[in-house]
Amino acid sequence: MERITKEQVRHVAHLARLSVTEEEAATFTEQLDAIIEFAEQLNELETENVEPTTHVLDIHNVLRKDEQRPSLDREEALKNAPDQEGGQVKVPSVLE
Amino acid sequence: MSILEESFSSIHKKLHNKELKVSELVDASFSRIKEVDEQVQAFLTLNEEAAQNQAKKMDEALGTENTRGLLFGLPAGIKDNIVTSGLRTTCASQLLANFEPVHNATVMDGLEKAEAVTIGKLNMDEFAMGSSNENSGFKNVRNPWNTDYVPGGSSGGAAASVAAGEVSFSLGSDTGGSIRQPASYCGVVGLKPTYGRVSRFGLVAFASSLDQIGPLTKNVEDNALVLGQIAGHCTKDSTSADVDVSDYLSSLTGDVKGLKIAVPKEYLGEGVNEDVRNRLLEALKVLEGEGAVWEEVSLPHSQYAVAAYYLLASSEASANLARFDGVRYGVRAQNADNLIDMYKETRSQGFGDEVKRRIMLGTFALSSGYYDAYYKKAQKVRTLIKQDFDQILEKYDVIIGPTAPTTAFKIGEKVDDPLTMYANDILTIPVNLAGVPAISVPCGFSEGLPVGLQIISRPFEEGTVYRVAHAYEQAAEHNQAKPEL
Repeated sequence: MERITKEQVRHVAHLARLSVTEEEAATFTEQLDAIIEFAEQLNELETENVEPTTHVLDIHNVLRKDEQRPSLDREEALKNAPDQEGGQVKVPSVLE
Repeated sequence: MSILEESFSSIHKKLHNKELKVSELVDASFSRIKEVDEQVQAFLTLNEEAAQNQAKKMDEALGTENTRGLLFGLPAGIKDNIVTSGLRTTCASQLLANFEPVHNATVMDGLEKAEAVTIGKLNMDEFAMGSSNENSGFKNVRNPWNTDYVPGGSSGGAAASVAAGEVSFSLGSDTGGSIRQPASYCGVVGLKPTYGRVSRFGLVAFASSLDQIGPLTKNVEDNALVLGQIAGHCTKDSTSADVDVSDYLSSLTGDVKGLKIAVPKEYLGEGVNEDVRNRLLEALKVLEGEGAVWEEVSLPHSQYAVAAYYLLASSEASANLARFDGVRYGVRAQNADNLIDMYKETRSQGFGDEVKRRIMLGTFALSSGYYDAYYKKAQKVRTLIKQDFDQILEKYDVIIGPTAPTTAFKIGEKVDDPLTMYANDILTIPVNLAGVPAISVPCGFSEGLPVGLQIISRPFEEGTVYRVAHAYEQAAEHNQAKPEL
């Protein structure tokens, strides 16, 4: 049984903002199918009454006071930006 | 013996007695890199001018009353997913080929305070995804013991640079074995601290609930010294633990009398190479000779760890790597008509195949309709794996097994099959899922390649890990052998 189709791989690639060629889609379909098949061994385990672990440390809601603090200045913040204009990051058009 | 092969205490004695200058030490590091790095390919970026200037200043301070840091003058290599202010940080990805961070990771502040000298940035598997360094976006690191073999990964450069005597120590990161497995393959000492022990601020995130920074060194004492300088609570990392840092050096007593060791039968089973198993049994005999006792135990959910890990780590990675979109930093694809195409082209051109594969696996596991079946299921299995460790560590001081099921494999041997590659981490991954500390120390050889012994203990008991590793190291003296390059 196919666990993941080429169409699903294309959809997932779109969600992940990756473009894939026809050839890549075929390879990834095969490889992801094998990995997902491998992952399905987890279904051998009964876990209905098991709590999920998101984190090993018992830390909740680490808060700090909402105080003004120095941050990066504009020049530093823009230092690595591939394109900029007027002190702001520039990107291609967002709306068609 | 090259000065870089000596222990920290021996180097510091020479500096103190004015038999050695920091600038000579730093020069020795760069000349060793020039001599061997064409073969080893451990470095991506060198910090030569800044390091030499720093060394000169330190030489002027030598012999004055200025307090000296505990890592004074020691040449350090830094894995390239740890951000260094003004020094290029690429994560071995083409996407970040031009990225110069504007701040330091907290661990870099720790090294600066301890007065270590940053020599350069170390090659790795792209975004720390891989077990062989064949996923670097720039070049493959090679194993100093035999350059036809992989150094392990993802901290391959961190392990190889120490093994090749290019630096005194390095910092790596470990998400599923990325410090311990290359330490094992390259015959050096590598520690993954307890989750939360070392700040992750400034470590480019792969899987945030698993990642930890740790030291790679030639011996256990040096390792303990470095950890002491980078461990501790950090307000910039909300998952950093507010737990006091112990004096790790004082743990190195050499005394393991009455120590209770658990040896999981799953760590000696199918897939573990016979030589590796024999080295482990010999190591246990050494510890027995020192007064420790061991028993075989079971970590029954071990076999499910790799599957749970790949779902969880990839899911976290798919979210963490969303930030690499070509907007604020990185190499942006040119000629895209609109924003979405720019994202897609930037990411498709910048990321390598393994990174894409894991982002897609994670996106799939988190997507609507599959979340409960894959992601949540894996989180529940993580609970079972953690419980296995909790139960054993209630009765035993440490868990001991091999670090990896085999020694280093040949470059190219496993590159086409992701699942075979993932199996290298079968003995290290459960430790990250449980969040406990573990070290790999050299325990001999198989056909000329190093074997690593893994010692695991309870959360925040790095002191126990170091005590056992040090007692073993002193009794066995495996760290005397050096690779020939």
